Amino acid sequence: MILETIMIIALCLLMLAILANLYRVVKGPSSADRVQALDSIGINLIASIAVYSVLLHTHAFFDLILLIGILSFIGTVAFARFIERGVVIERKR
Amino acid sequence: MSGSGEVVGVILILIGAAISLISAIGNVRLPDVYTRSHAASKSSTLGVLCTLVGTLLYFVISDGYFSIRLILGIVFVFLTAPVAAHVICRAAYRHQVPLAEGTAQDELKDYYMENENIDNKANLIEKEVKLQVTE
Repeated sequence: MILETIMIIALCLLMLAILANLYRVVKGPSSADRVQALDSIGINLIASIAVYSVLLHTHAFFDLILLIGILSFIGTVAFARFIERGVVIERKR
Repeated sequence: MSGSGEVVGVILILIGAAISLISAIGNVRLPDVYTRSHAASKSSTLGVLCTLVGTLLYFVISDGYFSIRLILGIVFVFLTAPVAAHVICRAAYRHQVPLAEGTAQDELKDYYMENENIDNKANLIEKEVKLQVTE
């Protein structure tokens, strides 16, 4: 009972963090701010999945942690290259 | 709660969630991209690492289940979060996102100006060589 309460409190804290980052995504003056906040949202999602798997007492979501980490990193790098050079994948002539 | 050893994991998870919230507050309040990247990369990574290590300890202590996938996730987050922050900051600087009002000095300015000039010169030389070849 105490465990579930603490896990729900931790989930609420992570949800507040995601909301604060979402504010930065909407308001951010430049696109680099938005990409940075999206990366931070991905990391907070990883943490909330870990908390949720403790709450449900299951091992089934651990693959998801790795998957969201990889996808968030690839998306961030692709966005950064797009901001920097205008293309994601450069072709050699 | 079945055992008192799980308390370690639960406390780590709570600390990690609190650090994530603090990093998000920093992400809202700080003035520009370069200062915000401190909040978004360092403390956010610390928060998620605390949470994941707490989860790992919880499952080790309560079930005796040692998850390799969770270890892989921890290592991957620890490796990629600083790289992502660095790539975003470099892209922002190359895209000429302005610094904050109270910035004391900009040490990268001379370096990037020189490099841009070198790149332009190299491009010009390449074009001349190609023209000569085609002629």
